[in-house]
Amino acid sequence: MRLYVEVARRTYARISTYRSATVAGVFTNTVFGFLLAYILLAVYRQRTDVGGFDATDAVTFVFVAQGMLMVLGMFNDTEIADRIASGDVVVDLQRPYDHQAWWAGVSYGKAGYYAVFRGIPPFLVGALVFHLRLPSVGDAAAFLVSVVLAVGVAFGWRYLLQLTAFWLLDVRGANQLGWLAAQFLSGAFVPIVFFPDWLEVTARALPFASMLQLPVEIWLGRHDGLSLVGVFALQVGWVLALVLAGRHVMGRAVRRVVVQGG
Amino acid sequence: MASLSVWRRLVGARVRADWQYRTSFFLFLLSQTVVACMDLAVVVSIFSQVDSLGGWSGVEVALLFGLSGVPFGLADMTISQVETASRHIKAGTFDLFLLRPLPTLLHLSATEFALRRLGRVLQPLVVLLAALVLAPIDWSLETVVLLLTTLLSGTLVFGSVWVVTSSISFWTVESQEVANAFTYGGSLATGYPIDVLGTWLRRILTFLVPLAFVAYFPAARMLGRDEPLGQPSAIAWATPLVAVASVLVARAVWSLAVRHHRSTGS
Repeated sequence: MRLYVEVARRTYARISTYRSATVAGVFTNTVFGFLLAYILLAVYRQRTDVGGFDATDAVTFVFVAQGMLMVLGMFNDTEIADRIASGDVVVDLQRPYDHQAWWAGVSYGKAGYYAVFRGIPPFLVGALVFHLRLPSVGDAAAFLVSVVLAVGVAFGWRYLLQLTAFWLLDVRGANQLGWLAAQFLSGAFVPIVFFPDWLEVTARALPFASMLQLPVEIWLGRHDGLSLVGVFALQVGWVLALVLAGRHVMGRAVRRVVVQGG
Repeated sequence: MASLSVWRRLVGARVRADWQYRTSFFLFLLSQTVVACMDLAVVVSIFSQVDSLGGWSGVEVALLFGLSGVPFGLADMTISQVETASRHIKAGTFDLFLLRPLPTLLHLSATEFALRRLGRVLQPLVVLLAALVLAPIDWSLETVVLLLTTLLSGTLVFGSVWVVTSSISFWTVESQEVANAFTYGGSLATGYPIDVLGTWLRRILTFLVPLAFVAYFPAARMLGRDEPLGQPSAIAWATPLVAVASVLVARAVWSLAVRHHRSTGS
């Protein structure tokens, strides 16, 4: 365990050296936040409520979600797949640590950095222009727990996507497809309460709602008591399911596949 | 002309190379199509809740979506490769482009060409054709000419935005993501009636990054809307001029950027 915590700490340090990349990313998230907020506000000029969200909820959702995109790592990152495609994974597998846990450490290290430096600034800028909702102390604490679990769900998904490299070698297509589905169905573009009913039900039945929609719903104070326990249980369930699926696929890959390189 | 034939050969080589990893190629082509469909899915989701947005009906917004999506896809396929400049600068491989007898921009776009990006054009094209049939457009020779010049001009404007924002990486290599705010963000913004955006954002999109000319003004003209954003609707005909101006600015910025280039190689 200490090893993996150390991996997370080193990743945090590694990422934190790219300061101008952080500033650039915050700028972009903020711009998207404004565009999406204005588009959703146009909807609220004709209605006061969409699926239980009022205008303030929707705009708050947009800015919290923009801040969470990098925390969850919802973009094409091929760090794991690159080592598989190049054959370097052989070296990783010979070392005395768990491959999946190592990369989980990397994901949590990045998430820690991005939570502070990419998560908070877009929300602050958004709050200068729009009225945004702040959570109660209890909801804020529950939100943090939920984000920690959401990072686990996103990691489980990422690990599975990257393992396709054993079969495909070039994972960019599978990766992009996998993250697009995740972004859309998690509510990263529009909250899933805006979807037609059948699509919202589908989205809630998949692991993606656990990445973004549910944590932000906690921020907005939609879940307390039993309902909150239910959200946590669902997230834990998805973490376990995806992590176990990842271990299973990795096991097969190691036994079946001829790795690149001599 | 000689450069163009070299460009064609380089692009041909790229296409054959991609074809070697066929599963990945088709997955990527599919994913590019899905990227565009996600944008559409957002529009559809919104219109599952309301009948109009900022005074524009669903089919009118579809026209905007197509007029913005097709040029964006074409620019994405032909010139967006310029965003890989930051990677080449970091790796020191940008020097290669400077050494060869081909304009840097042409060479870079050919080297990084990817046929799979065709997926970005197909879906908006379908939406555009459907919208052209369904929307209440008063067809005349003027409308046809406006449509065609708009698509061409839009491609040039988006392409210029890509070139200008990617030039940033010659000064600061890690800031590439800023470009996304203008390219992908621009494509998002132009797919909706910009009446919905705040006043200051509207001004930026009209005067600074002239994306309002890509779809909004031409669509307003085609639909016979008076005074879009308080302007006479003939402002749509300024689109080709805006495109030419954008290209000139992009050329100037790019050559300035390339001259500023300091190699990382030893």
